[in-house]
Amino acid sequence: MIIKVLGPGCGNCKRLESNVAAALAESGVDATVEKVTDYAEIAGYGIASTPGLVIDDTVVMSGRVATVAEIFALLDATSQA
Amino acid sequence: MWVAAYIVNENVWDGVFHGALGLAPHAPVTESIHFFFYDTAKIALLLIGIIFVVTLLRSFMSVERTRALLGGKREGVGNVMAAGLGGVTPFCSCSAVPAFIGFVSAGVPIGVTLSFLIASPLVSEIAVGMLWVMFGWEIALLYVAAGLAVAIVAGWVLGRMRVERWVEPFVFQVTLHGEVVDMTAGLTLQQRVQIALSEVGTVIGKIWPYLLVGVGLGAIIHGWVPADFFATNAGADNPLGVVVAVGTGVPLYSNAAGIMPLVEVLFDKGLPMGTLLAFMMSVVALSIPEMILLKRVLKIQLVGIFAGVVAVAIIGVGYLFNMVLA
Repeated sequence: MIIKVLGPGCGNCKRLESNVAAALAESGVDATVEKVTDYAEIAGYGIASTPGLVIDDTVVMSGRVATVAEIFALLDATSQA
Repeated sequence: MWVAAYIVNENVWDGVFHGALGLAPHAPVTESIHFFFYDTAKIALLLIGIIFVVTLLRSFMSVERTRALLGGKREGVGNVMAAGLGGVTPFCSCSAVPAFIGFVSAGVPIGVTLSFLIASPLVSEIAVGMLWVMFGWEIALLYVAAGLAVAIVAGWVLGRMRVERWVEPFVFQVTLHGEVVDMTAGLTLQQRVQIALSEVGTVIGKIWPYLLVGVGLGAIIHGWVPADFFATNAGADNPLGVVVAVGTGVPLYSNAAGIMPLVEVLFDKGLPMGTLLAFMMSVVALSIPEMILLKRVLKIQLVGIFAGVVAVAIIGVGYLFNMVLA
């Protein structure tokens, strides 16, 4: 599983990153986390507000920081699919 | 609980200062300190209430949805819609660049995109809510109308100037891939409340330094500057008053919450409302950090023109208000 955190490095992006790390630790899912900071690449995902969260090339959230519980649920849904 | 705290704040500081500490009322020092505590508590309480309610309502909107609404709209109608949506779409200034690229690559005209970016900080819920509580709904409404007018006119003018040549070329080369899911649908009320609560924490955490500086300056002016100082030097009959106010405001970097205590005090000291609203708009809408961010996607000429057009529009609004309200 590849998880991407989209954001230029503002406070919200960093919070999202640490939430992702916490959710991964909690769920035991094996995933690579990548940071995408290039504006053109971020916009390429079709989002217009940061931070964005991408799991296996699908945008699952944008514009707000997902909570650990929300990311946990998203991880669960993706790994079962 | 919130209402109770607000009422207690109205009354507690008089007792603390004049009663318990035995400080003489009306001395500049006492007045300043009293103002500082009272205003900090008042504005913090107002902010918590306003941000909570507005974030709850705004959780039904998203930047992506706004972009979909604006896609394919022509200039004119598009500018009006963009300004209106700028006021209601949840938006953080750190998203200005992704939003700009996202809008333009989705076919929204540059002028319309700029209308959105101008309206978004200007017609903010914090500004409008606090003006409402402190000066009444007429002033708040006037401010909304003025903010929208500035965003519509400035965006339209910039669109007419064919500013595309000053946009970094990579913006036009962005290709969209990937499906965008609508984040706002299907949230439960409980989730929305949770989002609103965490937003209160985030915003307060971000703006409290500005708030304290603003109230601090306000407190000093409140205690020491003579009541008619500003009225004599920058009053309604000074033709340059608005220009000076906007000139002072542009390089200042603060937000609506930080600037409000200053506006409150300066109004008490006799500055006309039009001048004050223009000052407030110039602080909130134009700031050097935002210009630096925009330089990532706009060439320096366009950043300059952008600031110039917005400043002129704000000055116009200031004079208009001073005439209307006089």
